[in-house]
Amino acid sequence: MSEKVLMKGNEALAEAAIIAGCRHYFGYPITPQTEVAAYMAKRMPKIGGTFLQAESEIAAINMVYGVSSTGHRVMTSSSSPGISLKGEGLSYLAGSDLPALVINVQRGGPGLGGIQPSQSDYFQATKGGAHGDFHMIVLAPASVQEMADLTVKGFELADKYRMTSMVLADGTMGQMMEPVSLEYDIKPAPEKPWATTGTKMQREHNIINSLSLVPEELERLNIERYKRYDEVEKNEVMYEEYMMDDAEICIAAFGIAARVSKNAITEARRQGIKAGMIRPITLWPFPKAPFKKAAKSVKQFISVELSMGQMIEDVRLATECRVPVTLCNRVGGMIPSPEMVLEAIKEAAKNGGAR
Amino acid sequence: MSTTQFLFAGFGGQGILFAGKFAAYKGLIGEKQVSWLPSYGPEMRGGTASCSVIISDEPVGSPIVSKPDVLIAMNLPSLDRYESAVAVGGTIFVDSTLIDRKVERDDVAVYYVPATRLASDNGMPTLANMILMGNILKVMNDFDEESVTEALKKVVSAKHADMLDVNLKALKIGAEYKEEV
Amino acid sequence: MVVFEKPHALTDVPMHYCPGCTHGIVHRLVAEVIDELGIEGKTVGIAPVGCSVMAYNYFNCDMIEAAHGRAPAVATGVKRAEPDNIVFTYQGDGDLASIGTAETVHSAARNENITVIFINNAIYGMTGGQMAPTSLPGQVTQTSPYGRDVKLCGYPVKVCEMLSQLDGPEYLERVAVNNVKNIKNAKKAIKKAFQNQIDGKGFSLVEVISSCPTNWGLTPQNALKWIDEKMIPYYPLGVYKDRSAAKEETK
Repeated sequence: MSEKVLMKGNEALAEAAIIAGCRHYFGYPITPQTEVAAYMAKRMPKIGGTFLQAESEIAAINMVYGVSSTGHRVMTSSSSPGISLKGEGLSYLAGSDLPALVINVQRGGPGLGGIQPSQSDYFQATKGGAHGDFHMIVLAPASVQEMADLTVKGFELADKYRMTSMVLADGTMGQMMEPVSLEYDIKPAPEKPWATTGTKMQREHNIINSLSLVPEELERLNIERYKRYDEVEKNEVMYEEYMMDDAEICIAAFGIAARVSKNAITEARRQGIKAGMIRPITLWPFPKAPFKKAAKSVKQFISVELSMGQMIEDVRLATECRVPVTLCNRVGGMIPSPEMVLEAIKEAAKNGGAR
Repeated sequence: MSTTQFLFAGFGGQGILFAGKFAAYKGLIGEKQVSWLPSYGPEMRGGTASCSVIISDEPVGSPIVSKPDVLIAMNLPSLDRYESAVAVGGTIFVDSTLIDRKVERDDVAVYYVPATRLASDNGMPTLANMILMGNILKVMNDFDEESVTEALKKVVSAKHADMLDVNLKALKIGAEYKEEV
Repeated sequence: MVVFEKPHALTDVPMHYCPGCTHGIVHRLVAEVIDELGIEGKTVGIAPVGCSVMAYNYFNCDMIEAAHGRAPAVATGVKRAEPDNIVFTYQGDGDLASIGTAETVHSAARNENITVIFINNAIYGMTGGQMAPTSLPGQVTQTSPYGRDVKLCGYPVKVCEMLSQLDGPEYLERVAVNNVKNIKNAKKAIKKAFQNQIDGKGFSLVEVISSCPTNWGLTPQNALKWIDEKMIPYYPLGVYKDRSAAKEETK
């Protein structure tokens, strides 16, 4: 095993992107993800890559669109308000079936909001985030190691399915340091015969395009795209089950909320309450199956979120409302404490849940 | 099986984050699980700075330290703000040059180290943080020169390699400091 | 003997442009230049949103359709990733001078080594004749039915003049395509704008004063006259910046 080094989440992510073969980064400064840009600004010129501070988030995502059209791995990163601006580009990337990696180190909203950690862009990330029928693959790291690992994974999945992968992190994940190992077996990117890098007068011209004025044609394209999404749902779901073997109370949490919840579960177990957790790692595709299965034995679910309750809707859908799903949340940059989550677990246990 | 939660707090510019990073590396070298989480944003600019460090035998859950086992207070606002949060039976290290009051709680151990004065007396005015750190390691029975040097090498960038010796010296001054009774 | 041929860089797809529209002329000029420079195989074109949105079907080189106004950002991405490709954008006035102003100004300021073909016909054509950022004072459009009132909606944006104030761009020229002489000049300018990119000189923009008989409510012939009478006096033709030429002169 390689030596572990302490790295900030934002920096581990940036270095992992470079290891994954990304040589083009476009961004616009915004707290709390600016370290990604700073890291890229330092590293890219030294390895023959591009770092460009764009005039706007909109320009940055469209530069990503341009690079992706040429078949190269490319990324941009931002935080919540900046991601809203990138929405246009995200829709066009989807409509043109272009792979890209987008990082959202979330902060509290709406509007300018705050700069402390948040998970309130869950809907935006998992339900489209811009106009039209489309999905992004949404990856939710819960450690600095995962910030790096899921970045590499994000590039691979983006290329494999010609989709945008989004790493949905939060201010804590971006700012914290933990030991990481950045050893990866990077597979070569798949051939991209669709790329626009010049015909060399040897083939018909390639066209990267999301316009389709004939409704029948546009319908067909949408249906085909969703067949691809079906494949993603079938093959790429990732989640972690924590102490779920005999769990009677199940926490649903991702990212920093999952880290906090682990403390609460440890304490609940110490007090004799059978608590466990399902931690979605892919938020889209959402891990429906483990939740559905857990709904047969679990007496109550608690969705722990840094939002007013967004993922809870997916938990309810996945469990088909067979058992109660309650919310334990803080917002605006506040983070639920382990004590708060423990209280929620105890409350659930009292209400006929586990003992 | 043990977990120690540290909270370092002081003014921006006192090397709060650096000391925390050193502590985290020291833990990592000792094959512990570690996490380091800074406060960030405008409060970093000239105001108070703090960072949470967790050193544990098992994977770290929440990286946020709200009930520190060890509080390192390098200015009065930090002691005022966090004194009550320290876990019962915990420890508080106070830079007694900059904080002229005593800790009011009697259920925690307290060490007063005039780190800022020691730093200026020894011609290393920016290293009060590491003097304090040396004292912490000594008190926690965790000061061995080999791993301390190794951890220093991780946090002192190659660009400032000449700072290694003076940092080590600061740690030693802190370790050797005995509270005047 | 063949006296007239379609340039190779144009496809056989019938263009959708209205009768008398000058987009066809400018497409042809760009294609001729691509042919003459022998760069079709490495050229990547970026189409805008607007009347020329489907330009991607008309050029034989690789083509990308960009979001409205973002063509220079997309071109920046392509050129940075593949510096050996020749990258051009083809944009109308709404695309380049209204919704995409930031992308235009900043790609020029960065002196991105790309070629921009800017069609200025003082109107939004595709959506049916609304006021453009370049519509003339007093000009009647669907969204300025009483004539463009500069007190209410400001003055037209003069792109070449504006960009010429920047240190960044290499070459800015305004041409027209309303008569044979002007068309010849336009081709010369377009060729230079591509040659500059080949030579690594940087951002080159050719503003082409064009007609839109349909939305101007004029016959094609009168539309060409209107260019002479109304457009060119407001938008004088000529070179607004030519850094290399200026350097030559000072030598």
